[in-house]
Amino acid sequence: MSALPASTSVIPHRPAASHPRWLRLTHWLNALAVLVMVTSGWRIYNASPLYDFSFPSSITLGGWLGGALQWHFAAMWLLVFNGLIYLTFNIASGRLWQRFFPVGPKGVLHDLWAALRGRLSHADLAHYNQVQRAAYLFVMVDIILLVASGLVLWKSVQFGLLRELLGGYETARHVHFICMALLVAFVAVHLVMVALVPRTLRAMVLGNKDSGNKESV
Amino acid sequence: MKTRDKSTGLDEPTILLEARKLIAPRIEDRSRRDFLLRSLTLGGVAMLSGCSLSDNESVDTALSAISRFNDRVQGWLFNPNAMAPTYPQSMITRPFPFNAFYSEDEAPTVEEESYRLEVTGLVADKRSWRLDELRAMAQTEQITRHICVEGWSAIGRWGGVRFSDFLRRVGADTDAKYVGFKCADDYYTSIDMATALHAQTLLALTYDGATLPRQYGFPMKLRMPTKLGYKNPKHIQAIFVSNTYSGGYWEDQGYNWFGGS
Repeated sequence: MSALPASTSVIPHRPAASHPRWLRLTHWLNALAVLVMVTSGWRIYNASPLYDFSFPSSITLGGWLGGALQWHFAAMWLLVFNGLIYLTFNIASGRLWQRFFPVGPKGVLHDLWAALRGRLSHADLAHYNQVQRAAYLFVMVDIILLVASGLVLWKSVQFGLLRELLGGYETARHVHFICMALLVAFVAVHLVMVALVPRTLRAMVLGNKDSGNKESV
Repeated sequence: MKTRDKSTGLDEPTILLEARKLIAPRIEDRSRRDFLLRSLTLGGVAMLSGCSLSDNESVDTALSAISRFNDRVQGWLFNPNAMAPTYPQSMITRPFPFNAFYSEDEAPTVEEESYRLEVTGLVADKRSWRLDELRAMAQTEQITRHICVEGWSAIGRWGGVRFSDFLRRVGADTDAKYVGFKCADDYYTSIDMATALHAQTLLALTYDGATLPRQYGFPMKLRMPTKLGYKNPKHIQAIFVSNTYSGGYWEDQGYNWFGGS
C-alpha cells in the first residue's frame, strides 16, 4: 500500500486530459517568461548587488543595465497575463481543487518518503502525488509574491498599500530576490524530476492521450 | 568509371575535389540541423543571452516599442494624489551617496553671480531667473527616499520651491505634455506634466538645510520622489515647456522615459 500516493481514494472525478492544451501552452509560455525574467533580473541585480556576490555576466540577459531592464519590463507582461490565464482556467475548470487538494504535511512526508525509496508510482500522470501538489502550489504562490514584490520595486509610490504590506521598498528587494532564488531551486528540482520520468516531458509537449483510458480503470 | 578515369587521366586532386563537392552539402546540412536543434535547448537559449540577441536590430526595436508602451501605462497609473512616504530626520542616509555619469570631482562648478535660469517654450513669462528670486518664493522641505534605477535607495532631505508654484508663476501652459531640462553637466532629461505638477516635485535649492552643494547639483536640482534618480536633473540651467518629446541622456540610450516609482 505504501507504494500508492496517500490521497488516491479522495479523488472523486478528473477532467478528461491530464495535460490539456491550455495547460501545455501556458506552461511553456511561463517557462519562457521565467527564463527571461530571471536572466535579465540577474543583470539588474549586478548593477547594485544586494548581497555579497554578483552573477556571471555570461549567464545574464540584456548586455547592460538598460537592456536588461527593457527585457525585464517586457517579459513581465507575458509572465503576468499568461499567469492570469493559467489561474483562470485552473480555477474555472475545477482543476485546481481536483488536482492540488487535499494536500497536507502528513501526506507530503508520506509521499516524499515513498519517493526517496523509489516506491512512488508515476503510472498515472493525471494524478499528482502530495509532493507534486505542494511543489506546484508553492511555485504558484512564489510567482505571485515575485510579481507583488516586483510591483513594489517598480512603482513603490503608486502601489503604496502593497509597499506597506511587504514591509517597504528595501524589504521588497529582499523578498523579490529570495522568491527568485526559490523559483530557480524549484526549476532545478523540476528538471531533475523530468529527467527521471521523461514521459512527463512528452505529456507536457504533446498531451497525454492515454489518460482517458486510465480513468475508466 | 573506367572511361571517365581515362579521359581525366586519373587526376587524383580533381577526384577528391569532386567528391568533396558531393559530400559537402550533406555535411553542411547536418551541422545546420544540429545547430537548430541545439538552439532549441535551454543551453541554446542561454547562449543567446550573452549579447547576440540584444544586438539584433528588430529585437531592439520591439523592446523600445514596449518601453514606450510602458511609458503610457505608467502615465495612466500615475495618481497625482499619491504621495511618496516621508521620513524622520534620524533616517537620513549619511553620507548621502553621490551618483552621476562622471566622478564626484568632475561635478561642474556654477558661479552664483553670473547664473541665470533660462525659461523657454510654452510659458507666458520667458525672462531669466536669478537664484535670489527663487529663494524669495515660498519654500518647502521634505525628507524622501531617492530610488536609483540600479536598485539601491537612500533617504535625503531637500528644500526649495514647489515646482508647480514655479510653473504657475511663469505662466506655463500646464496642458502641455512635457517639461524639459538642460544642465551644466551636459545632462538633459524631460518629464511628463502630471509629475511636474505633483505636490512633492521640488525645484530643490537646499540639501539637509544648507545651500545645495556642488556634488548634489548646485545651483538647483529637480527633486521628484515619484521618479527614479536619473529623472532628477542636477545643475539645471534651462527649463522648457513643450509638446514635443525630447528624451534624455540615459533615456536616449535605453532607460525607460517615464521612469516613475
